[in-house]
Amino acid sequence: MDPNDVLERRAVVSGIGQSAVGRRLGRDPLGLTIDACLDAITDAGLTVADIDGLATYPGPMDVPPGFSGAGIVDVQDALRLELDWYTGGIELPSQLGSVIDACLAVATGLARHVLCFRTVFEATAQGDKGRASAMPGGGSTFRAHGFMEWVLPFAAPSAAIWVAMFAQRHFYEFGTTREQLAWIALNARRNAALNPKAVYREAMTLDDYLSARMISTPLCLYDCDAPSDGSTAVVVSRADTAADLRKPPISVHAVGSALHGRPSWDQFDDLTTMACRDAAAQMWERADLTAADVDVAEMYDGFSFITMAWLEAMGFCGKGESGPFVDGGASIALDGPLPLNTQGGQLSGGRLHGYGFLHEACLQLWGDAGERQVPDDPEVAVAAAGGGPLAGALLLTRSR
Amino acid sequence: MSTAALPFRILPRITDRNRFFWTGGEVGELRFLRCDDCGTFVHPPVPVCPTCLGRSLRPHAVSGRAVLTTFTVNHHAWMPGPELPYVVAIVDIDEAPGVRLTTNIVGVEPDAVQIGMPLRVAFEQHPDPDDPASSGVWLPLFEPADT
Repeated sequence: MDPNDVLERRAVVSGIGQSAVGRRLGRDPLGLTIDACLDAITDAGLTVADIDGLATYPGPMDVPPGFSGAGIVDVQDALRLELDWYTGGIELPSQLGSVIDACLAVATGLARHVLCFRTVFEATAQGDKGRASAMPGGGSTFRAHGFMEWVLPFAAPSAAIWVAMFAQRHFYEFGTTREQLAWIALNARRNAALNPKAVYREAMTLDDYLSARMISTPLCLYDCDAPSDGSTAVVVSRADTAADLRKPPISVHAVGSALHGRPSWDQFDDLTTMACRDAAAQMWERADLTAADVDVAEMYDGFSFITMAWLEAMGFCGKGESGPFVDGGASIALDGPLPLNTQGGQLSGGRLHGYGFLHEACLQLWGDAGERQVPDDPEVAVAAAGGGPLAGALLLTRSR
Repeated sequence: MSTAALPFRILPRITDRNRFFWTGGEVGELRFLRCDDCGTFVHPPVPVCPTCLGRSLRPHAVSGRAVLTTFTVNHHAWMPGPELPYVVAIVDIDEAPGVRLTTNIVGVEPDAVQIGMPLRVAFEQHPDPDDPASSGVWLPLFEPADT
């Protein structure tokens, strides 16, 4: 592709921020959001008055409980932002679709500095009822509609069940095993041990994994991410504002947003992969780099199998080969050829829902990841979010 | 099947677009929309054929046979429902290329469920509280075809 047509290269990530992260913080989610937003603005070397764009996912939602801690209106009014462009919504190529939109907004001149944020408080909102409180059907009058019409009557309300069926098909076609899949969770846990903000940091062994409570075969408890409280923010700026910024920004090299398969968990053409297939292919078509150039990969793990699908979609291993690729954990370790989910992912780091991967990718490229910093000065990172019919990806490079 | 034996189910919201699907069990029919012009089966139901853009789509009864494409044995109590563990599956409908259903597999122990096994529809009837005069909502579950 002609580089002049890859307009997202006019965008950079100029700053990142994050609130406290934890299980049941009991904090006002708008307060968490403001913490993350001010942190990101300061990190970029900007002031609130410099922010002229605002983007978020998914916008205001009351259900599931804690799924959305703040919307555009909340943040714009709290900070009295004067906006030239904004967007907030859920029908996007994953949570990071909102960041992709922000890249295009600065590329086209609609804004110079877009503040992007995502806030969850699912742990606090669910309280001691756990995920059962997030399930629909309170009251016998509730009737399923939309996509849920086709799954709820069959007692399949959770993405755990839907992802489990993709994993099972992958196991069937390619001989993938639980012992292999385990390494997504085990790798996340060993990285979380080095992340002071991670929600689960205690050591976990393969035996711990294999003896954990089964949720929906082949996925056990440790294949499912941990509902958490926290807010993550990034500032996306026009590349030509670099002189105004506190530090050399992270360059957006290419993005991927495609969805060619059907937008459905059960009608998708190939049940061994997901929308990540299309988004990743598009990202590489727009890139001058290849999978071999990537130094660190931060890829969605709402459920462990989703990361396996991303590994294959991105070409880090062949189709159907993610099992052998991750087996034993060496290839995806911090000191391995493809450090993966270096903050502990969502499985052990906490379910920050997509934005955490972008935050960590930038942290690694800036060399600010502390004990979990990937060695040898990483220059190229992938941040990818979404599972099932949702997928969005960014290829990031350190500015020279 | 007696109502007392039925597990709690969240029922679909019945509309003019989907009624043929959720009530077909009353006459033992699993039905999908089919394009009169080109024969394409369309699911979930929409008022246009994605192949030829024809607008003449009508419910068409298939045999109720299907193949198990993938499944999971669910052990977690997400909500009131069938007794744990229960099998959720995606099945491919024999005469309707490209059409799948998410469903439950019944009439077989979860341990014996296998990808590729032939299935046939087994409707589960539920009274419709929004339309008590009707015969209710008929959920298409599937059971092994060789039982």
